[in-house]
Amino acid sequence: MKNYFKYMAVLALGIVSCEPELDNAIEDGGLYSNGSADFSNYVALGNSLTAGYADGALYITGQENSYPNILAEKFALAQDTDGFTQPLVNDNAGGLLLGGTVIAQNRFVLAVDAEGNPAPARYTGAAPTTDITNKLSGSFNNMGVPGAKSYHLVAPGYGNVNGVAAGAANPYFARFASADNATVLGDALAQNPTFFTLWIGNNDVLSFATSGGAGEFQLNNTDFTTYGPNDITDPNAFAFVYNSIVQQLAGAEGAGAEGVLINIPDVSNIPFFKVVPSNPIPLDEATAGALNAQFGAYNTQILPGLVQAGLLTEAEANSRKITFAAGSQNFMTIVDEDLTDITGILQQPPFSLDAQTAGLLGQLRQATSADLIPLTSASFVGTAVDGNPMLVNGVSVPLGDEHVLTAAEQELVANATAMYNQAIQGIADNYSLGLVDANSLLEQIDSDGGLLYQGTPISSRFVEGGAFSLDGVHLTPRGYAVIANEIVNEINTTYSADVPNVNVGDYGTVTLSQDVQ
Amino acid sequence: MKRLFLLGLVMMATAITYAGGYRVSLQGQRGLAMGHTGVAVVNNAELAFFNPAGLVFLENKINAAVGVSAVFSDVVWQNDEFGQMARTDSPTGTPFYAYFSYKLSEKFTLGLAAYTPYGSSVAWEKDWAGSHLVNDIELAAIYVQALASYKITDNLSVGGGPIYVNGSVNFNRNLNRTLTDLEGNRSNVTIDASGVSAWGWSAGAMWEPVDSLRIGVNYRSEILVEAENGDADFQNIPNSPLTPFEDTQFDATLPLPAELSIGASYQLNDQWLFAFDYNRTFWDVYRSLDLDFAQPGIPDSNNPRNYKDASIYRFGLQYTANETFTLRAGYYFDESPVQSGYFAPETPRNDSNNFTGGLSVNVTDKIAIDASFLYSRFEEVNESYDPDPSEFPNYEGEAFGGTYKSSAFVPGLGVTIKI
Repeated sequence: MKNYFKYMAVLALGIVSCEPELDNAIEDGGLYSNGSADFSNYVALGNSLTAGYADGALYITGQENSYPNILAEKFALAQDTDGFTQPLVNDNAGGLLLGGTVIAQNRFVLAVDAEGNPAPARYTGAAPTTDITNKLSGSFNNMGVPGAKSYHLVAPGYGNVNGVAAGAANPYFARFASADNATVLGDALAQNPTFFTLWIGNNDVLSFATSGGAGEFQLNNTDFTTYGPNDITDPNAFAFVYNSIVQQLAGAEGAGAEGVLINIPDVSNIPFFKVVPSNPIPLDEATAGALNAQFGAYNTQILPGLVQAGLLTEAEANSRKITFAAGSQNFMTIVDEDLTDITGILQQPPFSLDAQTAGLLGQLRQATSADLIPLTSASFVGTAVDGNPMLVNGVSVPLGDEHVLTAAEQELVANATAMYNQAIQGIADNYSLGLVDANSLLEQIDSDGGLLYQGTPISSRFVEGGAFSLDGVHLTPRGYAVIANEIVNEINTTYSADVPNVNVGDYGTVTLSQDVQ
Repeated sequence: MKRLFLLGLVMMATAITYAGGYRVSLQGQRGLAMGHTGVAVVNNAELAFFNPAGLVFLENKINAAVGVSAVFSDVVWQNDEFGQMARTDSPTGTPFYAYFSYKLSEKFTLGLAAYTPYGSSVAWEKDWAGSHLVNDIELAAIYVQALASYKITDNLSVGGGPIYVNGSVNFNRNLNRTLTDLEGNRSNVTIDASGVSAWGWSAGAMWEPVDSLRIGVNYRSEILVEAENGDADFQNIPNSPLTPFEDTQFDATLPLPAELSIGASYQLNDQWLFAFDYNRTFWDVYRSLDLDFAQPGIPDSNNPRNYKDASIYRFGLQYTANETFTLRAGYYFDESPVQSGYFAPETPRNDSNNFTGGLSVNVTDKIAIDASFLYSRFEEVNESYDPDPSEFPNYEGEAFGGTYKSSAFVPGLGVTIKI
């Protein structure tokens, strides 16, 4: 009798411990496969996009949703891996300190302004706590360094904290560079990667574009040390340095790793250039009339005179005419450095203008719908200089070069981007690597109405579109998830692998907060 | 002794079931051991639940049965496409019953019953892939019932009585798939209501047309548990006028559906008894779980369920080995009320095959120990929660699906007293 109960209890416990099991359980392994790739030690190289930078800052949840981190989670389902480490910052506020001094601002959050409109604002709910002088120890699989250009990956001293203040080194890399003279690529190679992703080159054109074309296109100049921060990298120099990076990662004499390259999206597709229109000036009848009268002699006498004198072409003269109309959509006035500088001519007879007026008209024209205004100029255009209502930026005071990416400057960007992408394509073919065409992907996201991705609508519309974060340049977690999923698809094709897809709808977009003072 | 043990093993191997939705069919160890049959079985005070009409047929003047079960039930979910998986770590449920009857006369018996026919406890990993549907839920309803059983003729009786229900619910889910506060903590809501009372009734009849054959019918009414001013506690909500969620009250109605049971039992000889029950649970009433929040700025929450009436087919047998031991076994097929496309992970039930077994040991003339167990076998099922927008236009969530598999094992112990 006693025994009977004992057996019964043993039997009962035995069955209790039986949890439900699926026939093909992920837990059992074998459901997915790494194909001919080896994900055991995955290292990601790149810039801010690789680091998980978003909303104008690097913060923890952004890093957790970086595309390399998303990928690493999927890789771990297909194969036993050594894990994936990231140089996480200290907080979700996002700013950086250098010895206690703020050197990078906090992230943007979506706040509601006084008029009740949602708009991005800097988060002020907490002060930055990430001091870059607190060096992280160990190596990191995510080697994405915000701000890095192609040639920075091989630049010794790029992570030297002593060079940060002078702009000679990168504050993000300074946190985790293995040594003062270390290079990003060197630290990546030291980890003996078996698999890598490389998304570099965006900043080689982007900083020129976001600065409104303030820099130069360094065509045929292969000496990086002579480049300014807003210059466009010479495409041949880009191809050379990019190839050398890939060679060391994937080449037979290098690490021999498999990997995926991601090409460079055309920056004109980012919301950064889509928010501020080039024709935002509202004018009433009287003001428009007064302005037209002011520019009357310039339009009807000076410009035709210059054409007659053979100093301007008819077409250029027409593009330089300034006209306003009553209404809300007047184009702004801008200084265009690609126009013929007529400052000197205007000071001579027969015009004999004073130096100030001649300087104002020197390279003046009205913007067109082809000109792009950076998001960062939103708070500048339409403001009055020193509170003088007669001096309005973008109307009576033309916008400087840094506030406008002109059509001509856009062409430089587009040409450089196309040449970079051509080089990347060739290098991917050479080393039989995967290639994700982020350029055409973002073009689709930017198309009318955006893209229905896995049933989730995603577009490049600022704030609402879901793809781009509140800085208008970097992606949201959902945007990065799309990139990760595209990389998964490319890996599955190139390496005959079966890595599970990324469920894009599980990733969020912009963060709301009213802690903005 | 050895022979008995072997027989016990065999019966365990043919064990029986558990029920769809949040119905928990564990209202008596003797009935459960026989596939939870009993509408036409006169055995002990469990009749107070299965069919109060039968109480008057009990031989002794005073009858009591009390018992408790331990529900070990878990679910595993995975989505092959995205490599996502999750498992519940549900707390052990402990449904109980206590029945008492007192024979006033040959024709009239009074009774009292307390039992827990509805309940659910499911706990997924917090913030799992389906957390916008449910993180965890605890649902409990205690039925307390006064009973009367009257013998119209020697072979026909009726019985029934009013039911008082005391219910509670605690339910947590994330607000949607992605909303977080600044630190990345998922925004979620817990609704909690307890001490919610409601009334209902049950009534049954039992007929013995020929010796050894009994036929029974029992009906338990639908009871709507209407929670008023329950607490809704919103957590990790971003500090923003765009997400105006703040702690508030809510009203909601949770239906405990009506159940009709019809069955028969046949006493073959002194040893063998066979029983068959058919249950129909009227789940149609559970169309949508709607939460109406008191704070006007918070949109009401509509959670389509679209349950359909479902049937359960129960078979049981009892073998009286000797004066001390009685062995039981049973099987039931439990049709899920959950429809395709409405497979919510809160009660992820598909059809199940259920195996039961158990035994009674007469310790003395008056006291017997009743033990039972239940093993519920669910097939793996590929299902989704994707309410039809033409039927539920107010539901705005996205589809959520994958492969589910549930399991349940329920040992139970009880005491029968006859005086």
